[in-house]
Amino acid sequence: MGWTAPVLPWLFGLSFACLIISLIWGFFFTPDDYRQGATVKIIYLHVPSALMAINAWFMMLVASLIWLIRRHHVSALAAKAAAPIGITMTLIALLTGAIWGQPMWGTFWAWDPRLTSFLILFLFYLGYMALWGAIDDPDTAADLTSLLCIVGSVFAVLSRYAVNFWNQGLHQGASLSLDKEKNVADVFYHPLLVSIAGFVLLFLALVLLRTRTEIRLRRARALLIREGRS
Amino acid sequence: MIALILRDLRLAVRAGGGFGLGLAFFLIVIVLVPFGVGPDAQLLSKIAPGILWVAALLASLLSLDRVFALDYEDGALALLATSPLPLESVSLAKALAHWITTGLPLTIAAPVLGFLLNLEGDAYGHLFITLLIGTPALSLIGTFGAALTVGLRRGGLLMSLLVLPLYVPTLIFGAEAVRLGGDGLDAAVPIAFVGGITAGCLALMPFAAAAVLRINLR
Amino acid sequence: MPDLGKYAVEVYAAYGISLGLLVAVALISWRQSARAKAELDKIEARRNG
Repeated sequence: MGWTAPVLPWLFGLSFACLIISLIWGFFFTPDDYRQGATVKIIYLHVPSALMAINAWFMMLVASLIWLIRRHHVSALAAKAAAPIGITMTLIALLTGAIWGQPMWGTFWAWDPRLTSFLILFLFYLGYMALWGAIDDPDTAADLTSLLCIVGSVFAVLSRYAVNFWNQGLHQGASLSLDKEKNVADVFYHPLLVSIAGFVLLFLALVLLRTRTEIRLRRARALLIREGRS
Repeated sequence: MIALILRDLRLAVRAGGGFGLGLAFFLIVIVLVPFGVGPDAQLLSKIAPGILWVAALLASLLSLDRVFALDYEDGALALLATSPLPLESVSLAKALAHWITTGLPLTIAAPVLGFLLNLEGDAYGHLFITLLIGTPALSLIGTFGAALTVGLRRGGLLMSLLVLPLYVPTLIFGAEAVRLGGDGLDAAVPIAFVGGITAGCLALMPFAAAAVLRINLR
Repeated sequence: MPDLGKYAVEVYAAYGISLGLLVAVALISWRQSARAKAELDKIEARRNG
């Protein structure tokens, strides 16, 4: 708790700065796309949120493994804290994807592999959060949700491939790949990078904030139990 | 372990709970679908693979809460945990019993019900094969889900929320294989995936379920 | 405001929803943090008498 207290306002400040800069830059100072018109501006929200949705789950996976192996309580609480952020990112990715898709593909929802994978990810988040809420004992809850996260990760990867097989899809190919030619044009790429940085920092800040909350709640609970006994 | 499986089978057949219900539910869902979407034969034959597989999923889900709940409540599960039989084997036995009482009857009944939905000729074989090799995965995954929620009072709905997303890959490949079969195309790839998923579940799910049981029995 | 052409509704909706959700989750997290801190401070004050 000690070192995180002064770091937190800086994290928030930095993330807000990145977000404000990137969104103003992207919204006001970039041209329209040849094919997609002004909707290309949605990229500054859709791509970072999608990236964070996946990374949040990955962070939860690592934290769950650390909890199971090393029994660091903070690790388990960090995973719990990250889930609501992750599901929000997933929701933003889904909604911006749908809104962007409507003028581009003519439909609000298409069972496109990537959108569908995110829908499945949304359900995984939901189940994870529901399990945390359903179990009373904190350590048991931490153990069970960690196992669920691990098994879920395996099936999430599996689902990704299954969904790809199931539908060849409307999404453009990897637009942020290392292959420069297939990349999004530089004029969009640069503000996008700043926006991604902003989302990452915001995620870190919020997880830090929420983990501190979880730690406090746990301590309060422990003290109340001790009070009740004495 | 055989004794455990036989015991579960006997309980399922006797208690008027497990055995017929999964199958009856399967039948009811299949019968409901034409009422919902209309009797157009062409439409039915198009959606039949998906409906059959989704119904199989739901029927499998329905009988999952019996896997551990009864034994947990009367303390039998705790006894099993202290027995020389490792919990991994217990989980495997439970999953196998679940499959014999739910997945296997489903698989056998499915082609008959597929007929009701006007399933295309070539798809029957694919339906049988994919269900045969896919339903064990459903039982294995379901056993893991049942173990997670075994202590909870209203665990059924939560278990569905946890298990159904895990069923998605099997569902996708299974239904797709049946569709391809119906169109006369080669379905080797999805069938292989269904088999692969089941094989993976066979290797991993008993360990995951056992770990969960140990936690819940603390 | 830049001329968003015929996609104005979509772009504004996307921005509005995204920023709205982000603000919501941040505010909720911040409120939960404040409440937890207050609660813990209260209990610890009781303990330290």
